[in-house]
Amino acid sequence: MSVAVDLILDKRTGAGRDALIPILQEVQDAEGFLSKESVAQIGKKLDLPSSKIFGVATFYNQFRFKPLGKNHIQICRGTACHVKGSASIMERLERELGIGADETTGDGVFSLEVVACIGACGLAPVISINGEFYANLESEDVPKILEEYRNKEDVK
Amino acid sequence: MSKMLKFIEDGCCAKCRHTKANPCPDMVTCLADGPICHDDKACVDMMKDYAALMKRDILEKPAIFVGTGTCGIAAGAGATLKAAVEYLEANKIDADIIETGCVGLCSAEPIVDIQVPGQARVSFQKVTPENIEEILTGVLVDSTVMDDAVIGQFGKTWENVPSIDEHPFFKHQTRIVLRNCGIIDPGSVDEYIARGGYKALADTVKNSTPEELCDDIIDSGLRGRGGGGFPTGRKWTFAQQAVADQKYLICNADEGDPGAFMDRAVIEGDPHRLLEGMAIAAYGIGASKAYVYIRAEYPLAIERLKVAIQQAKQYGLIGHNIFDSGMNLEIVIKMGAGAFVCGEETALIHSIEGKRGMPRPRPPFPAISGLFGKPTIINNVETLANLPVVVAEGSDAYKKIGTETSKGTKVFALSGKVERTGLVEVAMGTKIRDIIFEIGGGIPNGKKYKAVQIGGPSGGCIPEQHLDIDIDYESLKTVGAMMGSGGLVVMDEDTCMVDLARFFMDFIQRESCGKCIPCREGTRRMLETLESICRGRKDEKGNDSLERFRSVVYIQRLANTIKDTSLCGLGQTAPNPVLSTLNFFRDEYEDHIYDRKCKAGVCKGLLTFSIDEEKCVGCTACVKKCPVDAIKGAVKSPHYILEDKCIGCGACLTTCKFNAVIKE
Amino acid sequence: MINIEVNGREIEAEKGEMLLAVLRRAGVEIPTLCNIEGLTPTGACRLCVVEIDGMNGLVPSCAYPVAGGMKVQTHSNRAVQARKTIVELLLADHPDDCLYCVRNKNCELQDLAENLGVRQRRYKGARNRKHQDVSSPAIERDPEKCILCGKCVRVCEEIQGVAAIDFSGRGSKTHIATAFDEGMNVSSCIYCGQCIKVCPTGALREQSSVKRVMDAINDPDVVVVAQHAPAISVTIGEAFNMEAGADVSGALTTALRRMKFDRVFDTSFSADLTIMEEGSELVSRITNGGKLPMMTSCSPGWIKYVEQFFPDFIGNLSTCKSPQQMMGAVIKTYFAKREGIDPSKIFSVAIMPCTAKKFEAARPEMANNGNPDIDAVLTTRELIRMIEMRGIDLKDLDPDTADTPFGERSTAGKLFGASGGVMEAAIRSAHYLVTGGEMDELDVQNVRGMEGIKETSVKIGDLELKVAVVNGVGNASKLLKEVREGRKDLHFIEVMTCQGGCVNGGGQPIDTNLDNVRARLKGLYKLDKDSAVRTSHSNESIERLYDEFLGEPLGEKSHHLLHTTYTERDVVK
Repeated sequence: MSVAVDLILDKRTGAGRDALIPILQEVQDAEGFLSKESVAQIGKKLDLPSSKIFGVATFYNQFRFKPLGKNHIQICRGTACHVKGSASIMERLERELGIGADETTGDGVFSLEVVACIGACGLAPVISINGEFYANLESEDVPKILEEYRNKEDVK
Repeated sequence: MSKMLKFIEDGCCAKCRHTKANPCPDMVTCLADGPICHDDKACVDMMKDYAALMKRDILEKPAIFVGTGTCGIAAGAGATLKAAVEYLEANKIDADIIETGCVGLCSAEPIVDIQVPGQARVSFQKVTPENIEEILTGVLVDSTVMDDAVIGQFGKTWENVPSIDEHPFFKHQTRIVLRNCGIIDPGSVDEYIARGGYKALADTVKNSTPEELCDDIIDSGLRGRGGGGFPTGRKWTFAQQAVADQKYLICNADEGDPGAFMDRAVIEGDPHRLLEGMAIAAYGIGASKAYVYIRAEYPLAIERLKVAIQQAKQYGLIGHNIFDSGMNLEIVIKMGAGAFVCGEETALIHSIEGKRGMPRPRPPFPAISGLFGKPTIINNVETLANLPVVVAEGSDAYKKIGTETSKGTKVFALSGKVERTGLVEVAMGTKIRDIIFEIGGGIPNGKKYKAVQIGGPSGGCIPEQHLDIDIDYESLKTVGAMMGSGGLVVMDEDTCMVDLARFFMDFIQRESCGKCIPCREGTRRMLETLESICRGRKDEKGNDSLERFRSVVYIQRLANTIKDTSLCGLGQTAPNPVLSTLNFFRDEYEDHIYDRKCKAGVCKGLLTFSIDEEKCVGCTACVKKCPVDAIKGAVKSPHYILEDKCIGCGACLTTCKFNAVIKE
Repeated sequence: MINIEVNGREIEAEKGEMLLAVLRRAGVEIPTLCNIEGLTPTGACRLCVVEIDGMNGLVPSCAYPVAGGMKVQTHSNRAVQARKTIVELLLADHPDDCLYCVRNKNCELQDLAENLGVRQRRYKGARNRKHQDVSSPAIERDPEKCILCGKCVRVCEEIQGVAAIDFSGRGSKTHIATAFDEGMNVSSCIYCGQCIKVCPTGALREQSSVKRVMDAINDPDVVVVAQHAPAISVTIGEAFNMEAGADVSGALTTALRRMKFDRVFDTSFSADLTIMEEGSELVSRITNGGKLPMMTSCSPGWIKYVEQFFPDFIGNLSTCKSPQQMMGAVIKTYFAKREGIDPSKIFSVAIMPCTAKKFEAARPEMANNGNPDIDAVLTTRELIRMIEMRGIDLKDLDPDTADTPFGERSTAGKLFGASGGVMEAAIRSAHYLVTGGEMDELDVQNVRGMEGIKETSVKIGDLELKVAVVNGVGNASKLLKEVREGRKDLHFIEVMTCQGGCVNGGGQPIDTNLDNVRARLKGLYKLDKDSAVRTSHSNESIERLYDEFLGEPLGEKSHHLLHTTYTERDVVK
């Protein structure tokens, strides 16, 4: 039983099924991912079978069942980004990191996630790392950017 | 506490009937134009002066506006903002710094506006920490405007500085929805009210019945801006007439179309316009609870919306007994969790109910039985943001803008291979050519226009020969496209239309909810067909090439079944990008299928790279760049590429300084 | 009433009725894969699409309410081509192994492909590869054969109230999954098998015991004993073109003998035994202040349901083993001793209309020193397959009688196949146990029928016995919550996991037609009406069993052999 999850659930007395997705979002924010234990806890609170919660959580892109890497790279695959060459950015990221979409590097430093349009189409192609944007990218920029984050890692 | 809030809390003077508990129906008018029930000079001056200050008609000290919408921040506005603050501190200049939303011209970001007392506001583009000092010093200290960075001035006080209205990007626009975006401080409800905000709402609840409001909206000709284009007023009428103890309004801000971002920009730049529109709609249908279903990918928009809702509540603009009319409205934010299909009304409802966002058959329509089984109206952000203007200026004025069947304006997100990218709002009936070549400034780098994709994954593309078509719900359909939510992605000769169709099919089959068979299984097979024709011979095995032809033969039949039988709009329009490109760019498909060539040079499997022995000097630069060791050759003698190993990334081509790499 | 035009013909319909129902009533055949009668249509499969004048696309008839003057084309070229394409799309992601499939010749997808004239693989591409889930002792899942019609999910949730499975993932990655994609064995599945009965393909099936039973039969050292449950004999005839509900008990015995089962017993006998024990337990609980309401324990899906969802009611469950297990226990003790057979040489087979019985037989409580009371459970479907394998046609067989000592039954025991049957049998014997006399009228009409929850009260001596009968385990939770919240008037509750009782069990032939279920029920009540022995306590073989072996109901031997315990179950709920 996670205390953080308890806290999230406690402030929602009388919550019904329509609170499920907001709760899942909050729990994932707090814990980084959705564990079996937290799903069971949520199910108990909302009187919902785990299978239903799992069904809902797997439907939406946002939810994950494994922790993320320390640095969360999101690459936009919107139309404008595609037309402006996001495929080669993606390819470069995959090559540099040695992982594919929705994977985390062995050292846990980077996670790579493909997201639907970020909404910065005017500046395509765009990636975001831990919420910080990198716009008008070319694939040559990728190693530099990754190096920045790797260096931060080394300092720590 | 701002002066407006003080009024809300206490009223203006002893003569004022307004109290927080019993709000005056005219309070918004008083706030913007001075009290109307008495003409005591002190009250008039106080309120008028404050409103003028809020509209920045007058200024007490210099103001610096930094566009910090998501697009601005992505372009580096954060650093610009920081540099501005540091500059003011270092130079001990007392000035306001205001963060605004996006004015629309994304390609010019970061955009900074500067206004000094007595002068017009001037807008600057591409303001970075490197050039901000020069720009600020110019305006604030030397009273000069740095020419090469200027976009234009709002007004005419500066000599030799063009008016922003003359800027080609803005000249052809008719800004209704985007009127305040990038101009006002989205965090200040006072600014919105000073510019006439919430007056439409106040007038409506005071002077019109919900029936009259619905009729008015029907009369205005306003149609849904989210895609379908259903007449907004008519939709409301269904819910308005339904008998129920509870009705709901949902604002669909789940802007899922890749390539559209007007909803985000409106919420980030002018959130109260949306709230006012929602309150008007809620009044029309009789909803006391409203949801904003917004993408979690828009954290800034969510944040600004939260602040706006908080303010509106505090001011009594939403909440209990609005303007003493007896109307109540609670607005709740629901964050989407990432599923394109949730733009579909019934899927969206399921998502709010905490279920998998899978559409259900209609009837029953949501207007009769929607959220929690109650009458529910779902309107998108842009539709709702039109309402304050439609109501304030009247349906007669509104329907003067636009074409016979499509009234008002439409906001487009212009992106892709175009000189100026960003958000543009044009009157219906504007030609697509004008949007791309006048407003957008045409295709950069001297390349040739090929097509524009409109309407996102459900839409189609418009080639050169149809560029003079009017923007209008009906006329777009005649060329196999649709308005959609208004993404306009421009493509030049370097874009492969087969690859584009493949991109959309990939998107759609990943975003299909998986419920109905034609969409789930059909889009997947269509994607495989497109992949197979983009795949090179060397990656084919066994009967792959036979299967390639075979699947192409059946693609039309498959597309028809998907359109004809899918459960929801997503499936019914899923084949459009393929059908549209097949219709206008059949030759490109044939190049891929028969000649196994991608003339645009995009489909890597179909590209071959070789080295011109005459030109190669053996510098080995390409060898070092090749990620797969496919280039061989001794130093200072011509190199060659191993075709089997080459993955077609093109690194050698961009590296070679001697133009020795040939791409075919 | 309104009129609509279908294929040029005028048809009457009720306003607001779904078009599909109207078409079916008018005898127009429209295929569907996802429709379940009585539940809200999901409109997922799109096979029932028809053309309606004035509509743009094709319209799913299952979810489209009729309106006056509507003109419908059900078999226009456009509609038929669309259906065919949809089936072809399903086949593109389906294993090509019909010949090896448990549902060969009994598969809705196969039928559709045939009816629509599919003769080539028009669409080809990557197939979803998924592992089978064979972790459960009762039900196997083969996701590759799943067409995602969602019927299993809906039955599990909306009818049974279990919700062990749901859709997972999205788009072409969608699949049916337990929570966290774990095995069925750790899920909240109660193994009722109702999902199998609605599955249009071979994606769901029972864990088959046919091979183990055949091996035992072919082993000369092993004595193979069969028992068949009350619902079997009124069902199995259907598979051999006999009338639904006809009792073929005699022919069944003959068939089992021909298949070389060494002994054939009737589970209705041990149902009588159950009544003796359970009736006595009820009387004892009422008179000695035991925990009430007492709840029946013969339906293993229900037992698992209580153990995992309502563990606070474990004490209310009757401690009696089910008839299957009582029979198993006396076969390997009394019968073995009587015949001089080493119990370890007996292979005891139970033929059941139920998949959960497989799980019940495997419960550790159901064994004696490691030797299970029941060695294998065959569903009705498996038995039909075995009979067909031997080339036997039940219709041609002369009836035979079951073996002693467990061949005789009362029709009270036979009623165990029907919802309300256990209650009716128990009331008849409880009356006798308490008053020493028979009831004036043995029929207890109020507990019969397919209604979800039935309640009645019966006068037994001075006692007003208040009882409730539940069928469809989803309905039970309503009643349990009432009791939990303080309802105190009930003495006895019968719960059968499946709608209508065992005659509609998860091991019965694949057929969602409730008319057949009703016919089976009718068959059981007809048997009872025509019978000379209508109460369990008047079954002479039962009397003999107590005289010679058990002593008395609730006695020490009974306690050891015929009663059991339950434990709270930790599953992913």
